[in-house]
Amino acid sequence: MRLALVGQPNSGKSTLFNALVGLRAVAANFPGTTVEVLRGRAALAGKPVEIVDLPGIYSLAAQDPAERVARDFLLSEKVDVILNVVDASVLPRSLTLTLELMELGIPMVVVLNMADEAEHKGIRIDSEKLEGILGVPVVFTVASRGVGLRELAAAVARARVPTPPRYSEAVEALRAALKGPDPLPAQPAWVPPPVREALRARGYEDPAELWADERFALAARIFREVAQVAHARVGLRERLDDLLMHPFFGYAFLALTLFLLFFLTFRVGAALEGLLLPPLEGLSARAGAALGEGVAAQALTGALEGLLAGIGIALPYLLPFFLLLALLEDVGYLPRAGFLLDGLMHRLGLHGKSVIPLLLGYGCSVPAVLATRILEDERDRFVSAVLAVLIPCAARTVVVFGLVGRFLGPAAALLLYLGNLGVVALAATLLARLFPATGPGLILEIPPYRLPTPRTTLGKTWLRLREFVKVAWPLLVASSFVLSLFQALGLAPYLNAAARAVTWPLGLPPEAGTPLLFGILRKELALLLLAQALGTEDLPAALSSGQMLVFTVFTIFYLPCVATLAVLGKELGWRRTGLVLLATTGLALLLGLGARLVAAAAL
Amino acid sequence: MNLNSIPRPLVELHPGQTGRVVALAGPSREVRLRLRALGLRPGARVRLLGRGPGGPVRIEVEGCCLALGAGVARRILVAPETEDQG
Repeated sequence: MRLALVGQPNSGKSTLFNALVGLRAVAANFPGTTVEVLRGRAALAGKPVEIVDLPGIYSLAAQDPAERVARDFLLSEKVDVILNVVDASVLPRSLTLTLELMELGIPMVVVLNMADEAEHKGIRIDSEKLEGILGVPVVFTVASRGVGLRELAAAVARARVPTPPRYSEAVEALRAALKGPDPLPAQPAWVPPPVREALRARGYEDPAELWADERFALAARIFREVAQVAHARVGLRERLDDLLMHPFFGYAFLALTLFLLFFLTFRVGAALEGLLLPPLEGLSARAGAALGEGVAAQALTGALEGLLAGIGIALPYLLPFFLLLALLEDVGYLPRAGFLLDGLMHRLGLHGKSVIPLLLGYGCSVPAVLATRILEDERDRFVSAVLAVLIPCAARTVVVFGLVGRFLGPAAALLLYLGNLGVVALAATLLARLFPATGPGLILEIPPYRLPTPRTTLGKTWLRLREFVKVAWPLLVASSFVLSLFQALGLAPYLNAAARAVTWPLGLPPEAGTPLLFGILRKELALLLLAQALGTEDLPAALSSGQMLVFTVFTIFYLPCVATLAVLGKELGWRRTGLVLLATTGLALLLGLGARLVAAAAL
Repeated sequence: MNLNSIPRPLVELHPGQTGRVVALAGPSREVRLRLRALGLRPGARVRLLGRGPGGPVRIEVEGCCLALGAGVARRILVAPETEDQG
């Protein structure tokens, strides 16, 4: 049996998905976190089921990529039961989607999620009455706390095909005219003249708009029937928003938040690194001594060094960073930052919604590129994806903090971040010249603040760290092994010679070439393999301050890692991805040269 | 006739002022449908919560808070309901 979770953005589908199948999906407090179809298995009332988490959709008629994914899935794949997840605190609006789903002829259960939030807003819903009106089971849940899951399992057994609601004669005539394989055509191809006349008489050009308005009116009627609304309190939330989205204090708070994000990451990371690194280095030295000489022994020692570098250098910075980013996401701060930066982004030819993929880019470029799907306009998606790739992800943060922060000081690292923002702004301006803005501008729901639960926030941090452990560690160990093997066999000079085209103009030692080549696999590798390639843990002895700066600048900008390239290829097409590849590498060389000149003048 | 109730673009409401949507002139069909799905349809009650630097507005509609860019908010006509407080 296959169940599909369908609901409006930010209604808690992913949280419910995680509650049902165990931790699999990344949930966050902004609309559009899920952009792809996620599948999981679970046991409901003892029976095995497949559960599918679809991207959030406001309506089946709208057209952005995430919505198309959800719509296509519902219309073309076999779904046994739709679990329509509804944010109970915004019931009238959510019911319009429910009414649309009722046209599909698929058994349904309505899940009134965030029941606690509705109560907080003074909304009391009579679920039995709603069940009577809709003709499908209705259950209450609070997915974040696992409340109501047993009732949900029982309701699935009672799921029924709903009877589509009746509308005015004009709409019914339209529905009759549209009868075909697609029960809800996104764009009616042809409307019979009498229907068109009926529409015009009521002041509508577009049949979809009339239908949408009638659906809304029906949803509002149902809401009045089943809900009692106590006088809503003027919430703390509203006052908090007046402050946090204030034209002056809002900016101050945003700047402070971003500063704290990096400052805390650096301080906690450096402390953890100081704790972990010395014993690990001792361990690797002892293992090296025990294994002795010989090609195989050297390669094994190299692999071990790679693993230990992953624990000692990368993990200390990734852990606090992912945790803090998860907190910001779960509280719901990202859409607020989008609102604050909308005016600024306009000057760069984008709008506030692009802030979300860009901020996510500090975590990892892959979800950042995927998150551009929340943008309605194709051109905005392309430009935002390119810019998101230029934002230093957590892997590059490891390089910035582990090299520049550690040896040149936190101020230099901060300057690199600010300089990076300047480059992103310049790139945006240039892209706006090449591809003039066409999109409608900002349309973004700002969800209520939510207190992050340890389960969701720690869970998400763990999901992202696990990505690192699962993907990066094996790569790290394999690369260190290969690199040591090359060194032991005397092959490394060939790789370094190939990379000389880059290392020579940048004034880097030839040995830095191999780590940069491996960095294409994962950006941390550039730093983690550097010590090994240079043959010393004492980096300041082997590299000047200027060289460290140049190496880091080049690492930030040169071609995106393979995982990012793959997702770029999927989202933008390979021709555009090829252009991004060339442009970023050219940019990295240019900025690396610039950094060399600045370093020569200043250091 | 009350001059204050003449329809005007949504951006021109004062913070805290409410109005009823009179017309939506979205730049495209997709945008109009998207706004409708969010509750912005003729007759809907909106309240301007605040303005952001550089033009965007925060509004409340259907119990949700939306951020709209200046370009979008200019194309939504509303009839103000409460007295001007500015």
